[in-house]
Amino acid sequence: MIDRHLNHVPRLGRHPSRFRLAGTPVFTVMLGSCLTALPVIAQSPVMPPFGLLVLLSWRLLRPDLWRTWIGLPLGLFDDMMSGQPIGSGMFLWTVALIGIDMIEHRMVWRSYRQDWLIAALAIIFCIAGGLFFARITGGGNVRFLLVAPQIVWTILLFPFVVRQCARIDRWRVMA
Amino acid sequence: MARPPSRRPGINRKAQYSLFASYVVAVTGAAIGLLLVVVAIFDPTGFSAIRIGTAEIGRPVSMALKGMVSGVSSVDEILAAYWRAGTQNVALRRQVEADRNRIIEAKGVAQENLRLKKLLKLVDADASQVLTARLIASSASSARRFARLNAGRWQGVRPGMPVRAPEGLIGRIHIVTPNSSDVLLLTDTANIVPVRRANDNIPAISTGLGDGSVEIRALTAGRNPFRPGDLLVTSGIGGVYQPNIPVAVVVRAQGEIAYAVPLANPARVDAVVVERAFEQAVTRPGPAAPPVSEEGAADNAVTP
Repeated sequence: MIDRHLNHVPRLGRHPSRFRLAGTPVFTVMLGSCLTALPVIAQSPVMPPFGLLVLLSWRLLRPDLWRTWIGLPLGLFDDMMSGQPIGSGMFLWTVALIGIDMIEHRMVWRSYRQDWLIAALAIIFCIAGGLFFARITGGGNVRFLLVAPQIVWTILLFPFVVRQCARIDRWRVMA
Repeated sequence: MARPPSRRPGINRKAQYSLFASYVVAVTGAAIGLLLVVVAIFDPTGFSAIRIGTAEIGRPVSMALKGMVSGVSSVDEILAAYWRAGTQNVALRRQVEADRNRIIEAKGVAQENLRLKKLLKLVDADASQVLTARLIASSASSARRFARLNAGRWQGVRPGMPVRAPEGLIGRIHIVTPNSSDVLLLTDTANIVPVRRANDNIPAISTGLGDGSVEIRALTAGRNPFRPGDLLVTSGIGGVYQPNIPVAVVVRAQGEIAYAVPLANPARVDAVVVERAFEQAVTRPGPAAPPVSEEGAADNAVTP
């Protein structure tokens, strides 16, 4: 260390703390799940599931970051915040991550558009699955058309969220 | 594009086992998640205790944010009011003229009611109200319609209590945590409310549609009796809701189903009132009963 006053300047040869490296992605996903605490009393499912979006972004940006079981704790936290039955996010997110792993085995060489397509499939799976779980756990007759707009703009929002995750990722790995 | 870093561990045996173990954990966990959902089919509020932590952390955040934005949420309403200010002013003035006579009539009726009740020695002690609180957040990303209420078990809220606003019915309490609770909104697809038409008592069932409106099914035989503009109030059947709480206005009738819009918009109301379930409010022993009998006994003891 040459100058103690320059602690926060990124420089060569220094590594960010382990907490920053491992904690930032988890923290951002939980923050995305927490957006349901905003004081909006929604009359229909309008808000995109930001927790899921951030999770998919990190997974597709950094395939080596997490094992698939990360969907369990993060999905549980999302269930606690979102009002879905407990266990729905745990199951859907983990299955989505396993599915992405399987796709990755077959499609190693892929570009951003394929990533978007994979994310779109995962989003459709998770929202439709959440709807199904809401229906069987006493939700009455919920129609699929109800969540169709939510699916559409969640998919359209994915590129934006990936950008933001990439920006956070640059800060994360820079010492 | 560069080849992404592979997750295949190569020939390193330890890394292979680690990867395999992670899949085992993930699949087992997913199965447990599925099991929790299956449990929730039979007991929808069973694991609500898990939510206590997040509910307690989220409450102050939501409250602070709610305080900041409560003025902003009605901006569209104010703008819309400016748009038709002139014609609306004329229409409202005529409305006021027309309503004045009715108000005078209603005052007379209220007076007469009071007199008749005195005549009958009816004590109208309405002790059904538990507390007043605010809706601070909602399940905006889920297909279910829950709103979070800023009061919980420690304030006396219990599951099943009806929640209303001055404008009309909001819903009923679903899950209770120590300092906050989840309200099942009127528009949730699982919320079924027995209603009647305000002017002629035709009974019906209101079910939420999940998109901000409710579906009304008449309980009478024959064709659909509802017309656009019909006002629906709770009938008190079932013992949860007090009778005569305004619920919704019919906007469209189609076949055997009528579609209605709730009178109270949870996004607009400032405060909501939590009430006791109607059955409890009726069957609770009246506060006046025991003292009267004691007095009577004392009187009997003194007079001879």
